[in-house]
Amino acid sequence: MRRTGTAIGVGLLAASLLTACGGGAGDGKTRIAVGLFGNFGYQQLFEEYEKAHPDIDITDRTASYSDHHKNLAAHLATNNGAADIEAVDSGYINQFKATPDRFVELGDSLKDRWLEWKWEASLSKDGKQIGYGTDIGGLAICYRRDLLEAAGLPADRDAVSALWPDWESFMAKGREFQAKAPAGTKWFDGGPSLLNAIVGQAPTGYYNREDKIVVGDNPDIKKGWDLVAQGVADGLSAGLLYSTPPWNTGFKQGQFATVICPAWQMAKIKDQAPETAGKWDLAAVPGGGGNWGGSYLTVPKQGKNTDKAVELAAWLTAPEQQARVFASNNLLPSTKKALSEESVGRYQDPFFNNAPVGAVFTAAARALKPQYQGPKAGDVQTELGNAMQRVEQGKQGAQESWDQFVADVKKLEG
Amino acid sequence: MEPTGLVVERAARAKPTWRDLRHRWDTRYAPYAYIAPYFLLFSVFGLFPLLYTAWVSLQDRNLLDGDAATFIGVDNYVRLLTADPYFWNAMGNTLSLWLLTTVPQILFALGIAQLLNRRLRGRTFFRMGVLLPNITSVAAVTIIFAQLFGRDFGLVNWVLELFDAGRVDWQAGTASSHTAIAAMVVWRWTGYHALIFLASMQAIPSSVYEAARLDGANSWQQFWRITVPMLRPQIIFSTVIATAGNMRLLAEPLLFNPGTAASTGGSDRQFQTAALYLYEQGFGKFDFGYASAIAWLLLIATVLITGLSYLAARRIRTD
Repeated sequence: MRRTGTAIGVGLLAASLLTACGGGAGDGKTRIAVGLFGNFGYQQLFEEYEKAHPDIDITDRTASYSDHHKNLAAHLATNNGAADIEAVDSGYINQFKATPDRFVELGDSLKDRWLEWKWEASLSKDGKQIGYGTDIGGLAICYRRDLLEAAGLPADRDAVSALWPDWESFMAKGREFQAKAPAGTKWFDGGPSLLNAIVGQAPTGYYNREDKIVVGDNPDIKKGWDLVAQGVADGLSAGLLYSTPPWNTGFKQGQFATVICPAWQMAKIKDQAPETAGKWDLAAVPGGGGNWGGSYLTVPKQGKNTDKAVELAAWLTAPEQQARVFASNNLLPSTKKALSEESVGRYQDPFFNNAPVGAVFTAAARALKPQYQGPKAGDVQTELGNAMQRVEQGKQGAQESWDQFVADVKKLEG
Repeated sequence: MEPTGLVVERAARAKPTWRDLRHRWDTRYAPYAYIAPYFLLFSVFGLFPLLYTAWVSLQDRNLLDGDAATFIGVDNYVRLLTADPYFWNAMGNTLSLWLLTTVPQILFALGIAQLLNRRLRGRTFFRMGVLLPNITSVAAVTIIFAQLFGRDFGLVNWVLELFDAGRVDWQAGTASSHTAIAAMVVWRWTGYHALIFLASMQAIPSSVYEAARLDGANSWQQFWRITVPMLRPQIIFSTVIATAGNMRLLAEPLLFNPGTAASTGGSDRQFQTAALYLYEQGFGKFDFGYASAIAWLLLIATVLITGLSYLAARRIRTD
């Protein structure tokens, strides 16, 4: 009796192993794996694509931002394990485009789809295109109407935008707000994210065009640094680091009244704090323009079905699909046609008190003067964020932390 | 030697039958065949990567671009040892976390094993229970602990506030972040070591304790003078295992500081361990050669520290 039981168990195990391995070949479909981070809003598009292409089966793997990019690096290095399509954020694209032979070259037949700077940002030094642009960041400020009202500030979006033509007045209003703010509420979420936005507006960022790190000598950045550090010293910052669980909790608990809103940020707020629907609104960013983030879809060469993967990547980033992802997930299109689409331009979002999200962001995208990103821009951004966090945590004074930051980025070039 | 043995040997040498030969080969070579799978696997998954890492550590090499690597000799090591304060900072953190985790782990495990060794109701339940933390996913444990040690809404700070002790920004400080990370490691591994100690405790003959009791030793004396010395081999084993594990601590400090700057281990690298620094250099900055050199230095440090802790644990002895 016991022996038959064992035999059946072993048989079942063997059978399940066989089916697990053999399932792929059985139905004759081409499987395409798509590696993503965060929410790209592709779920519905995948289903639709599978319906239109019965021979394709799409699976998606989603990881966190850091994990995704580090896994991708490991998979490219070992030439094994990468998905057929891999998303790459603008913070990492420079590192990956330094080794274009790891990716399928996409050619320039679709070049005219995208904004020129978006297309150029993923070109390798020898002119090979490794990624189709998905979204761009753009900049705006998301703010809590109820909290601003509670502190005696106007809540109407045009009046709010008029409160802060530049960052100096943004900070000045913050001091006014803080004097009467509800307990436990600060003016902005954290220094590093605010500083990122200011950096994103400067004509030159971390690098000059010769790939030399100039951030230490860049007067625009230092001015922004001093401004934000002063804001932190004045107690305007909730001291939360973006993309962390405490920051997510901060949305739910109303720990801050304003937050920098690249277009992708809006989906994060909706995901993190659905119960705050209607309390949010969208205003213009001080200083105008600027960009933060945005991604690309790349096709690693090691994949088995690179042709079909390229086809799918091209479809996913086509203007029609970008327009739909904007409507569902507020990811701002990077193609010219989608940006001029009426459905995009007229889009209003009920979560943000029917703010004219489309109009704000398409205007932001057009005003955007792209900033050159050098090879280690992501690392410089990390160091700058750490430096501001040291000030926020009270570990160092503003000048001391800045000096350490300048020394730290020197090492990146070595 | 006994003469009979010689006779047998001579007889066998005189006329070795096929059967005899097979028997002799069997006793001589079979043990090697039995242990061969381990060494085969070790050489493929252990030795080869080790040597390959040593080779890479002598190169200036981008993770993604192996073809463009250049041989630079020991430059990576020289740079690490003489010109990289972050490496020493990471090593210091590693040592601090090693002390903060290994010592409490062993002490708590001894205590828990002693308690579990008594006659209690539902003994098996408790014995299995102490192993539960160990089989939980390290990522899940760390994420939950990071929440508990949260600055604004963490449970630990809430309790501290109940006692008017004030809030602590656990991630910000060096000592506070090390304490929080050590708490995760200790919570996860104490039960594992406790079960090892418990198994050996049950093998100590009760007559030893009876004799001690007749001599008037109280239970505290029995524990320190009999139980602990008798557990010496297991304590050495646990210390070595814990040391090797804690020297390559990665997941806990990595996940304690989520977000985009995770691999720097805090705003001032206050809890960046050597393994985390390796991860940052290798997979963040794609500096494969440099990361490999860190790996080798970490290996050497681990061997040294393990040796030291082995010597320390060996000093336990019976009076």
